[in-house]
Amino acid sequence: MKARAREILRVERLSKTFGGRVPACSAVSFSLRQGEVLGIVGESGSGKSTLLRCLAGRIQPDEGKVLIASDDHIIDLWTMDEASREQFLPTTVSLIHQNPRDGLRLDISAGGNIAEPLMAAGGRHYGSLRTTALEWLQKVDIEKRRIDDLPEIFSGGMQQRLQIARGLATHPRLVLMDEPTGGLDVSVQAKLLDLLRSLVRELGIAVVVVTHDIGVARLLADRLMVMQRGRVIEEGLTDQVLDDPHHAYTQLLVSSVLQG
Amino acid sequence: MKDTIMTILVSVDGLSKAFTLHTQGGAEIEVFKDVSLEVLAGECVCLHGPSGAGKSTLLRSLYANYKPDAGQIIVQHGGESIDLVSAEPWEVLEVRRHTMGYVSQFLRVIPRVVTIDVVAEPAIAIGIPADEAHAKAKALLARLSIPERLWSLAPATFSGGEQQRVNIARGFMVNYPVLLLDEPTASLDSANRRSVVELINEAKARGTAIVGIFHDEEVREAVADRLFEVGHSSVRKSRRRTATAEAVA
Repeated sequence: MKARAREILRVERLSKTFGGRVPACSAVSFSLRQGEVLGIVGESGSGKSTLLRCLAGRIQPDEGKVLIASDDHIIDLWTMDEASREQFLPTTVSLIHQNPRDGLRLDISAGGNIAEPLMAAGGRHYGSLRTTALEWLQKVDIEKRRIDDLPEIFSGGMQQRLQIARGLATHPRLVLMDEPTGGLDVSVQAKLLDLLRSLVRELGIAVVVVTHDIGVARLLADRLMVMQRGRVIEEGLTDQVLDDPHHAYTQLLVSSVLQG
Repeated sequence: MKDTIMTILVSVDGLSKAFTLHTQGGAEIEVFKDVSLEVLAGECVCLHGPSGAGKSTLLRSLYANYKPDAGQIIVQHGGESIDLVSAEPWEVLEVRRHTMGYVSQFLRVIPRVVTIDVVAEPAIAIGIPADEAHAKAKALLARLSIPERLWSLAPATFSGGEQQRVNIARGFMVNYPVLLLDEPTASLDSANRRSVVELINEAKARGTAIVGIFHDEEVREAVADRLFEVGHSSVRKSRRRTATAEAVA
């Protein structure tokens, strides 16, 4: 039988409070292995996006640890110095934003958007950067001839696909997605979900996907964590949590979904 | 029967399951209590009992789709014994990929994925080459008389019977040591029922342990080695808990 996959991320009792008010995240702990997709569901204000930002190195938690596997050792994200963190993150962790404009550089070409993080990771050869960019455009279903166009003129769905290409081309170990299909038309969402599902499988990366959409969670995630008021109130296999929810809030969440 | 102990593939002990419906005033429904069951290789056990007795709930619990409140479900998985009630999510997924198949009453698949891929997917997921998987998928679809022109379409628009046959084909894609079948013949005509009976009996001959719900008497007679009564020991009760109802509101 297949041995257990390598642990990529371990979060230990992570807490974050903004301005001394109700905690946004309270003692959140979990672990994620290579090839696993963890969905985090909950309504706005449940703390799921704050949690994601703490994992991405964008917000420093008040307490707790974010441990990420490096090549041969474990990095403690928030105890390393800032310069090392800035160096470590781009090659290891990718954050896909809900709004593609937050994750793209609108003033450089589509190809440049894919090449830029590759260059930051040490890629120097123009020809091979361009080849990689073309491959990724194809993977995310953007016509190759658009390589020199600015993403400013792309549709929302295309921008989101480009952001995904930019985020995955460096082969990060950990991919964090914040409502990746939010803000898109339903038909565009569906196509994007198909793409994400096949890429995640093909690449075998570890993914944390934050969503308020139960359908997205069911389609993408192996495991789910349900958050309410900064706490994880229920977790387990996706189909278990959604088909046999135990917590009152999860039951409400699941029963609120309109049957298609 | 000296070596029967070696061939027990599923061993259920003291399994209990209740639902607490927080959104409905905290009503508590006890479905079954203290269920114990052993299933041998090559054996087909039919879950039996009136509608609402908890047969599907028990079957879903065996697949770890529902979380039992107490008890154990020990499955023989690649030479190891794994308790699905206490297993980690990744272990459950491994058991489902390699050891335990489940044919649900209704096809629930990913929208837009075409039939042939829906069927072939479980085999591809365990590393069987795509050509081989597609060849087997085609053979199963043909056996279950799904017309070839439908293979490259997504099954969302198929009739109930067609969807169920796609579901069955998918369930038989991998030769799982354990197979759970929830009314696999419910909306099939007699020719297709016979095909399903054949598939089940071939699986039994390979040593597959089967637990199923078969309402159709003819099918039951043809495949089941014994009946397992569900619902005898369970006591149904329903009570309201205002405290929970208020907490939800």
